[in-house]
Amino acid sequence: MREQLEAIQAEALERISQTEDMKELQDIKVTYLGKKGSLTGVLRGMGKLSKEERPVVGEIANKVRESITAALDEKNEKLEQLQLEEQLEAETIDVTLPGRPVKVGGAHLLSSIVQELEDLFIGMGYEVREGPEVETDFYNFEALNLPKNHPARDMQDTFYITNELLLRTHTSPVQARTMQEYKGEKPVKMICPGKVYRRDTDDATHSHQFTQIEGLYVDKNVRMSDLKGTLDTFAKKMFGEDREIRLRPSFFPFTEPSVEMDISCKVCNGEGCSVCKGTGWIEILGGGMVHPKVLEMGGYDPEVYSGFAFGMGPERIAMLKYGVNDIRQFYTNDIRFLKQYHKA
Amino acid sequence: MLVSYNWLKNYVDLGDLTPEELAAKITKSGIEVESVEYVAEKSTDVVVGYVESCEQHPNADKLNLCQVDVGDQKLQIICGAPNIAEGQKVAVAKPGAILPGNFKIKKVKLRGVESNGMICSLKELGIEEKYVPTDLADGIFVFPEDATVGENVDERLNLNDAVLELDVLANRADALSMLGVAYEVGAILDQPVQLPEEAVTVIDEENVKSYISVEVEAADLNPYYGAFLIRNVEIKPSPLWMRNYLMAAGIRPINNVVDITNFVLLEYGQPLHAFDYDKFDSEKVLVRRATEGETIVTLDDQTRTLSEKNLVITNGKEPVALAGVMGGANTEVTAETKNVLLEAAYFDSSSVRGTVKQTGLRSESSTRYEKGVDPNRVKKAGSRACLLMEQFANGKVAAGVAEFDELDRSGKTVEMDINQINKRLGTEMKPDEVISILKRLKFEFEQNGTVFSVQAPTRRRDITIFEDMLEEVARMYGYDNLPFTLPQGASQAGALTQRQSLKRKVKNYIQGVGLMETLTYSLTNATDMKRLVSPEIREQAVAPVALAMPMSEEHKYLRLSILPELLRALAYNSARNHANLGYYELGSIFICDEEKVSKQPDEKLRVSGAITGKWLEHPWQQEKKDVDFYLVKGIVEGLIDHLDLNVSFRQAKIDDMHPGRCAVIEMNEQVVGFIGQLHPALAKEMDLKETYVFDVNLEEVFVAYEDIPSYTQIPKYPSIARDIAFILDENIHAGDVKDLIEEIGAPLVNQVGIFDVYQGANLEEGKKSVAYSLLYQHPDKTLKDDEVEESYQKIIEAVHEKFNAYVRS
Ligand SMILES: [Zn+2]
Repeated sequence: MREQLEAIQAEALERISQTEDMKELQDIKVTYLGKKGSLTGVLRGMGKLSKEERPVVGEIANKVRESITAALDEKNEKLEQLQLEEQLEAETIDVTLPGRPVKVGGAHLLSSIVQELEDLFIGMGYEVREGPEVETDFYNFEALNLPKNHPARDMQDTFYITNELLLRTHTSPVQARTMQEYKGEKPVKMICPGKVYRRDTDDATHSHQFTQIEGLYVDKNVRMSDLKGTLDTFAKKMFGEDREIRLRPSFFPFTEPSVEMDISCKVCNGEGCSVCKGTGWIEILGGGMVHPKVLEMGGYDPEVYSGFAFGMGPERIAMLKYGVNDIRQFYTNDIRFLKQYHKA
Repeated sequence: MLVSYNWLKNYVDLGDLTPEELAAKITKSGIEVESVEYVAEKSTDVVVGYVESCEQHPNADKLNLCQVDVGDQKLQIICGAPNIAEGQKVAVAKPGAILPGNFKIKKVKLRGVESNGMICSLKELGIEEKYVPTDLADGIFVFPEDATVGENVDERLNLNDAVLELDVLANRADALSMLGVAYEVGAILDQPVQLPEEAVTVIDEENVKSYISVEVEAADLNPYYGAFLIRNVEIKPSPLWMRNYLMAAGIRPINNVVDITNFVLLEYGQPLHAFDYDKFDSEKVLVRRATEGETIVTLDDQTRTLSEKNLVITNGKEPVALAGVMGGANTEVTAETKNVLLEAAYFDSSSVRGTVKQTGLRSESSTRYEKGVDPNRVKKAGSRACLLMEQFANGKVAAGVAEFDELDRSGKTVEMDINQINKRLGTEMKPDEVISILKRLKFEFEQNGTVFSVQAPTRRRDITIFEDMLEEVARMYGYDNLPFTLPQGASQAGALTQRQSLKRKVKNYIQGVGLMETLTYSLTNATDMKRLVSPEIREQAVAPVALAMPMSEEHKYLRLSILPELLRALAYNSARNHANLGYYELGSIFICDEEKVSKQPDEKLRVSGAITGKWLEHPWQQEKKDVDFYLVKGIVEGLIDHLDLNVSFRQAKIDDMHPGRCAVIEMNEQVVGFIGQLHPALAKEMDLKETYVFDVNLEEVFVAYEDIPSYTQIPKYPSIARDIAFILDENIHAGDVKDLIEEIGAPLVNQVGIFDVYQGANLEEGKKSVAYSLLYQHPDKTLKDDEVEESYQKIIEAVHEKFNAYVRS
C-alpha cells in the first residue's frame, strides 16, 4: 500500500509540474484528491489494514495528500499570475490618444502681474489697500499738493463727473485716505493697486482706462536711500537679479525730491538697442520722498515723519516683460491674447 | 524746449562733449532729453560759390546757365531757381557731393548743355521746410557778402548743429530759456555762465516818455509793464546766425524785428511783443481787464470775443493785444514799419492760463507766462532786444523805459541743515561738498556751522522749501551716489484682508472651473448702461453716472453691469471665428441713488460671467454639447458652495434675458444676482450663439461669508440615505418640492439632492418624475429606522398634499 501511495504521489506531482492549464490542474486535483480520486480510493482500502499498520500508512497518506495539495496550490498561483499577466497585456491601450479634455480657465495678465506685485510687497511688510474709482477732487488732487489752478493739473487730463467728482487719475488718493485714517499715529506701509482713468484717446500707447499700483511708506526717519534700496529689491525680484536700477531726478507735485526709475535693458544688457532707444535704460516707475504738504494734509507732522512713495503701471510692466506692444490688447479680450498670457 | 548745441556754446563751455554725451548728462541730472537730432543730415562737398555770370539757357526759357567759382575750380551749372543772379554767393553741391536723402550729384546734360553740380536751396540742404524763411521758400539760398568762396557751408548754415529736445516738467520753467539751460549745464559741468550783452551803445537824447506812457488798471494780473521805443528801424532779414538759431529751435524766421523778439524770448525765457508804433494810434498803453463782449482781431486774423477774465493791452481806446498770448492784427509789425513799441511785461500765470484755455491759443509766449517768468529778467530782456534792434535793424533806441512797476523781485531764502540733509538722504555729506554744490548751482548762501541759508535765485521759482533744496543737493550729489538701504522702522507682517483673500478665492474658483478672466472698460454707452442690470441694482440706481466731458458716446456712463462689455468681448471673438468661450470679470459697478449726482456713487463689487457656443471645443470621448442653463447654474452653485453659503434660484423675468430661462439668485430672501440665457434676439443682434450669463453681487456674498462659523463638528454618528421619486405635474418646480422636503424633514434631514428627472414612456401625459436623495443625520445619536421611517412618511404626505404628488413605485 505504501508503494501504491508513493506511486500516486510521484505520478500526481509529475502531472502537476507538466501542466500549464488551469482547467487541467483542476482535473488533476479531482483525479487524485476528489471523492472518486485515486488517493481517496487507496485510503478507502485502509480498513483492511492491521491496527499497527493503519497509523503508519495513514501518516504516509496524509503526507502524500499534503504534498499534492501544496504542489497544486503552488501551480495554481503560478498559473493565476500568468493568466493575470496575459489579461493585462491584452488590455494595452494607445497612450498617445488625447486625454478627455477639461475646460481650462485662467487669470488676465494684468491680474497676474498685480497679484505678483501684491505678494512681493506683502512679503516686505506692506498691506494692500483699495479705494473708490470715483473720487473727490480733494483726494485726487488737493490732498496731494495739487490745489485748484496748479499748473501740473494739466499734466493729467481728467474725466470729471461734476465739479467735485471725477474718475481718479491715479491710485494716490488711496494713500491720502489711508494717512487720514491712521491719523498720524502709526507708520503707513501700503500698496494700492487699482483701475485709473485719463482723458486720452485710445491708441497703441494710450488707454482711457488702465491699471496702477502705488506704494507708500511713512515712518520716522525714512531716508531716500531706503527708497533706493526698496526699489532695487523690487526690480530684482520682478525683472531678474541681474537687473540694475538707476534713479533720475524728476518732478511730481506730491513728492520732493522726486525720482524716475530706470532698469537696465534686458535686451541689450545696457549696451543700447531699439527697445531702450539706445540708452541702455528703460523707464519703469516714478516716485520720491513724500512732499511735506502731503504729509501734513494726511495728518502727519513733517518734522517728525518722512516717507517715500512710488507708482507704476502694470500695463507697462507687462509690455516690457512679455513684449505686449499695444495697450489696447489688455482690454480687447481676444481669446488668443488671454490664452497666451494666462500662465504668466 | 529745443536747445541748439551750437547756440548753447555761446553761454557755457561744453568742452569736447558730444551732443549725445551732453544729453545723457542733462537727463541724469533731472531734465529728460527726449531726443538729439541734427539740423540736417550730413552732406559732403557743398561749398560757397560765386556766380560769375548768369545767362539764359540757350534751349530753355526757365533755366539759367551759370559760371560759378567754387575756389578750387570753376563750374558750369544750370539752375532753375527764379532768384539766381550774377554776383551772388550761393551754396554749390559739387559733382560727387551727397545731399541729404542720399542724393548724389553727378555731371549731367540738360537740354543739350552740360551741368556740373547744383546750386542749392535750404530745403535741399536738409532744413525742414516749415522752418525755411518764407522769402527763401521758392529759391536758392544766398550768402551774405562776407562768405568765403570755397568754404564748406555746414558751419555757416549751422547744418552741423544738434538739437536737444528737453522734456521740461512743470517745476522747471527756468529751463524754457537758453540761459536757464546754460545755468543747468553750468552746474552739471561746473562751468561759469557767460551772460549776453544788454546795454544799448548809442544813447538817444529823446526819452521814451515823450512818446509813450504806461498805465495798468489790473496790477494783480500785470505787476510790471515796460515799454521801449526803437525809432527808424529798417525791416529786413535778420542776420544769418540768428536765423540759423531760430530755425534750429523750431521757429521760422520772419524779419529782423520779429526775429529779435523771438530770439530774446528763447534766450531769456521772457516773452516780448513788438507793436508798430505808428499804428498804435495813441501815446498811452493801458492794461486792463477786457469788458464783456469786447472783441479783438488777433494776428492770425481771427476775431475773438472777450470777457472780464481776459487781460488786454489797449491804446486807451481799444484792445491791441491779448496779454501774454497774442498781439492784435491792427498794430502788427510789417515790412513798412518804421517805429517799434516794444513790450516787456510780467503777466500773472493763472490769468494767461485762463485766456489760453478759453481761446485755445497756445504760443511760445503764453507757455512761458503760464509756467511763470523770472521777475528779474523782464526788463533785462527788453534792453537786450533794444540792443539787437540797434545792431541788426539800425534802430535808434529812445532813452529809458516807460513803465508801471509793482513787481516783487525778491527771492526766497531757504534754510537747510546739513545734518537734516544727511538724515533725509541717507548720506554722509560734509559741508565742503554742500558748498561746492551750491557754487556749481550759482546760488548765493550764508553758512553758519552746519546750517546754510540759501538765497534761491528768482529764475528758480520752484525752490521755496527745504525739500526743494534737498532735491537740488541730491541731484547735484548724484542719485547714483546715494547708498542702497532698507527701511529701519519696526517691521510688521503684511497680509491680505479677508475681502482681498475672498476676491482671490472667487477668481481661483471660477478660473478653475474653466472660465477666462477678462478686463473690460468701466465706461460704457447709453444703451449698454441700461442693459442686463440685476433687479436689486435697478431698484437702487436712480440716475446714471455720466461724464461731464466724455471723449466719445461709447465711453460716457459708468457701468451698472459688467455683462454688456463682457458680451462685447464675446462678440469680438465670435467675429474672429472663436465662438466657444467662457469669460468672466470681477469688478465694480457704480450706483447713484440720487436724482442728480452730488456724492460719490456706491461702488459695488460683482462677478459676472458669460458662456457661449460649445463648452468643449473638441470633446473627445464626451458629448459635444452646447452650453446651457444648468452649466451656468452649476458654476454659480459651485461658487456658493465653495464659500460654504446657500442660495436659492427663483424663476424671473429680466429685460434682455430669455423669458423662460432666467432666474434670480436669492440669499436670505434677498436678490443677489441672476443667471440665465441671454435673450435670443440680443444674441442674434450681437452675432452670438446661444449664450448664458451669470451676475453675482459679491458685496452680499462677502457679508454673508462673515457670518459663517469658522468650524462645525464633523458628525460622529452614522447617517442614513433614502431615495424617493415623486410623480408631479410637469409645471411644478422641482426646487419647490425640494424646499418642502427640507422644511418637513428638518432637523433630521440633513441634505436633499435631485438626481433624476424623467418624462415620457410609462408616465401620464403632463407628468414628470423627479427623484430626490435624502440624507438623515442626527448630531447627537444614531438614528433608529422607525424614526427615519416616520419622517419619511411625513414628507410623502406633505408633498402629496401640497403638490398632489404620488410616490413613484
Ligand atoms: Zn536695450
